[in-house]
Amino acid sequence: MIEMMLTTALVLFALAIAIALYRIISGPSIPDRVVAMDMIVVNLISGIAVVSVLLKTKAFLEVILILGILAFISTIALSKFIERGVIIERKRDG
Amino acid sequence: MSLLHIAIFAPLLLAIFIPFLFKRLRLIHTGWFVFGLSIILFIYFLQLLPDIRDYEIQETIDWIPSLGINFTVYVDGLSLLFTLLITGIGSLVALYSIYYLSKEKEDLGSFYVYLLMFMGAMLGVVLSDNLIVLYTFWELTSFSSFLLIGYWYHKERSRYGAQKSMLITVFGGLAMLGGFLLLYLMTGSFSIRDIVSMASEITADPFFTPALVLVLLGAFTKSAQFPFHIWLPDAMEAPTPVSAYLHSATMVKAGIYLVARLSPIFAVQGTWFWLVAGFGIFTLAWASFNAVKQTDLKAILAYSTVSQLGLIMSLLGVGAAALHYSFLDDNLYMAATFAAVFHLINHATFKGSLFMVVGIVDHETGTRDIRKLGGLMQIMPITFTIALIGTFSMAGLPPFNGFLSKEMFLAAMVNVMSLDIFNMDTWGVLFPVIAWIGSVFTFVYSMLLLFKTFTGDFKPEKLEKKPHEAPFGMLLPPIILGALVVVFGFFPNILSASIIEPAAKAIAPALIDAGQEYNSHISFWHGFTPELYMTIGIIIFGAFLYVSLPKWEKIYRRFPEKLSLNYFYDQSLIRAESGSRGLTNSYMNGSIRTYMIYILISFVGILAFSIIRKDAFSFTTEGLAPIGLYEVVLGIIIFGASITILVAKSRLTSIIALGAVGYTVALFFVLFRAPDLVLTQLVIETISVALFLLAFYHLPKINRKEERIGFKLTNALVAAGVGVIVTIIAFSALSNRLFESISQYYVENTAEKAGGFNMVNVILVDFRGFDTMFEIAVLGIAALGIYGMIKLRLSRREDQ
Repeated sequence: MIEMMLTTALVLFALAIAIALYRIISGPSIPDRVVAMDMIVVNLISGIAVVSVLLKTKAFLEVILILGILAFISTIALSKFIERGVIIERKRDG
Repeated sequence: MSLLHIAIFAPLLLAIFIPFLFKRLRLIHTGWFVFGLSIILFIYFLQLLPDIRDYEIQETIDWIPSLGINFTVYVDGLSLLFTLLITGIGSLVALYSIYYLSKEKEDLGSFYVYLLMFMGAMLGVVLSDNLIVLYTFWELTSFSSFLLIGYWYHKERSRYGAQKSMLITVFGGLAMLGGFLLLYLMTGSFSIRDIVSMASEITADPFFTPALVLVLLGAFTKSAQFPFHIWLPDAMEAPTPVSAYLHSATMVKAGIYLVARLSPIFAVQGTWFWLVAGFGIFTLAWASFNAVKQTDLKAILAYSTVSQLGLIMSLLGVGAAALHYSFLDDNLYMAATFAAVFHLINHATFKGSLFMVVGIVDHETGTRDIRKLGGLMQIMPITFTIALIGTFSMAGLPPFNGFLSKEMFLAAMVNVMSLDIFNMDTWGVLFPVIAWIGSVFTFVYSMLLLFKTFTGDFKPEKLEKKPHEAPFGMLLPPIILGALVVVFGFFPNILSASIIEPAAKAIAPALIDAGQEYNSHISFWHGFTPELYMTIGIIIFGAFLYVSLPKWEKIYRRFPEKLSLNYFYDQSLIRAESGSRGLTNSYMNGSIRTYMIYILISFVGILAFSIIRKDAFSFTTEGLAPIGLYEVVLGIIIFGASITILVAKSRLTSIIALGAVGYTVALFFVLFRAPDLVLTQLVIETISVALFLLAFYHLPKINRKEERIGFKLTNALVAAGVGVIVTIIAFSALSNRLFESISQYYVENTAEKAGGFNMVNVILVDFRGFDTMFEIAVLGIAALGIYGMIKLRLSRREDQ
C-alpha cells in the first residue's frame, strides 16, 4: 500500500519536472528558465527523499542537503549574473 | 695485454696526445710523431715475419666474455702482409704529409688524429680474429675515412664526397654485420678460426647463402666494386696523402682482406666464385674504360684503383676454384691466389707512389687537370722518373713488378676456361676476353697519365704557380716506393717465400700440403705462354688506341648522363628525401581531428581484428539482474540528453544537456546505492557546468556562429564503430567472467581491521590509500597549472 503511494508520488514529481522542463526549453526569458531550474532541483530533492524511503536507507540524506545548497547557490549566482554581468566581483582598488 | 694489443692501440693512444703536441710543440711539425710511431710499428711487425712461416701467433684479452666477444689478435701470413702495408705505407705517407701539409695554414692536430685513428682501426681490422671486434674496427675505418675526406670541410665537394662514402660504406658495413650474425647463428662462435674449422658443416645451412651475400656486400662497398665504386672518385677531394694511404693502399683493400680471410668458409660454394670473380672482372673492365675519359689526375687514379681492386677480387674468386681441384697435382688455381696477393703488394707500391707524384704535381703547379698540364719532364725530372716507373708498372710493362702480376693474372684468367664446374665451360671464355679488354684500357690511361702530364707543350700561362722540382723530403717517399717497384720487379722471390706463401696458406688453409708447388709457380715467368702473347697484344693495341685517342674520344659523350651510377645515386637520395617528406606531409597534416581519426580507427581495427581472430564474442543473459522501471526511465532521459548534445543548435543547449546527463548519472548512483558517488558527482557536475559556461561566455564574438555540428560520414562511421566495439567488448567481458570478485574481503574486514563503517571511504584512505594520495597530487598540479596559466598570461600582458 505504502509502496504504491510512494510510487505515485514519484510519478507526480516526474510530471512536475517534465512541466518545468517545458518552461526551460520554451521559456522566453532567462529568469523564467532559472526559476524552472530551481523548481526541478526542489522536485529532485523530494524525489530522492521518496526513493530513500523506498530503498529503506538513510544514506541519501546528505545528498538532499547538498542538492539544497547547490540549488540555492546556483540560483543566487545566476541571479547575480543576470543583474550585474559578473558573478565574482573584483576589488575596485585591486 | 700483449705487445700485439699494444701495437693496435698505440696509434689510438697517440691520437689522444696529438692535439696537445700540436698546441705545445709548434716548432716541430706534428707529422714527425706519427712518422716515428709508424716506423716503430713497421719494424715490430717486420720482426714477426720469420715467425709466421712456422706457426701463427694468437693473443686474447677479454672484452665481453659472456657474449663470446673477446679481443683476440691472430697473426698469420695474410694479416701480417696487411699490417706491413698499413704501417709501411703509413710511415711513408706520414713523411710525405709533413712536406705536403703546411704547418702554418693547416689544422694539423685534427689531421693526424684522424690519420692515427684510421691506422689503429685498420690494424684492428686485419688482426682481429673475432668478427664483432673486426666489425667495430671496420666501422671505425669508415668514420675516420669520412673525417679525412671531409678534412677541408669548407669545400662543398669535400662534404659531398665524405657523405657519399659514408653512406655507401656504412650501408655495406651494416650488411656485413648481418652476415656475421648469421655466421654466429650457424656456428655459435664469433671466432674466424673456429668458423673456418666448422666450414664444411654449415654449407647446407639455409643461412649460408644469405650470410655469403651480406658479407660480400660489405666487402664490395668497402673495396669499391661495381656498382658501389662511385664513392671512390668523389673521395678524391681529400688531401693527397689521404688518397694515397686510404684510397689506394689500405682502406679499399679491407674488402679484399675480408674476401681473402673468409674464403676458407665460403669458397666451396659456386655463388662465391661467381660473385667475386664476376663482379671483380666486370669492375676491372668498367673502371678502366671509365678512367680514360677523366681529365683530373686523381680521378684517373681513383678509377684505376677501382679497376685494380677488381683485378685482385677476380683473382681471389678464381683462386676459390682451387678448393674444388685440390686433388690435382698441378694446381693452376692456387696460382690465382698467389697472383692476387702479389698484385696486392704491387698495387700498393705503385699506386701509392703515383698518388704522391700527382700530389707533387698539384703542389708545384697548382692544378691537376691534364688539359692544363704538359711538358713537365725537363722541369721535374725526378718526379717524371717515378711517374714513369709507376705508370709502366700499372700498365703491366716489363721489367716492373706490374708486369709479373699482370702475367699471372692473365694466366689465371686463361686457366679459368678449362674449369668445368659452375657452368664455366660455357661462360668461362668471357673471363680472359674481358680481362684483356680491361688491360688494354689500363694501358691507355696509364700512358695518358704519364705523357699528358710530362711530355708535350709546356703551358706556363695556364698554371697558377711557376713550377719547379719538389723538395727532397716530399720526393723521398715516392722514390722509396718506386725503388720497391723496381726491386720487386727484378727479384720477386724475396717476397714469395717470406710473405706471399704464408698469406696464400692463410687464404686456402686446406691446401697447405702442396707448399712446394706454389713456390715453383712464383719463380716461373719465362717461356712463351699464351699470356705473353696477350701482353704483347695489349701493348700493340693499347698503343694504337692511345695514339688514336682524339678520334674515338667522342664515344664517351654518347653515354647519356641519366644512365650513370652517380646520377642514379643522386636521384635516389633526392627521391628518398622528397618521398619521405611527401609521405610525412600527407599524413601529418597538423589537424587534431585527423589524428583522432587515425587513433580511433586503429583502436577499432585492432580490437575488431582480435575479437574476430580469437572468436571472442559471446553474450549470455545468465546472472544478469532484472531491469527495473526507474532504470528504464533514467536511461531514456540520458539518451535524450545525449542526442540533444549532438544535434543542439546552440552551444549553450549542449552545455545544459551535458549538465542534465551528469545529474541523471547522479540519480543512477542513487538507484544503484552509491551515496558517496552521488555527493561527489553532484558537486563536480555543478562546478564543471559552471566552468563550461565560463568558457562559453568568453568565446570571441567573431567566431560565435550558432550552428549545428556539421555531419561528416567518416566521423559518424568512426563514432559508431567505437560505440559498437566498446559495447561488444563490454558484453563479452561480462559473459566471460572467470572468477569471483574479491569484494567479500572488504565487506568482512572494513569494520574489524580498519575500524570504519563506510566501506568506500575505508578503501579510499586505508586499503588503497596510495591511489588517493596521487589523485590529490593530480588535483594539486591541476590547480597550480591553472593558476600558473592565468597568472603568467596576465603578467605578460602587463609587461606590454
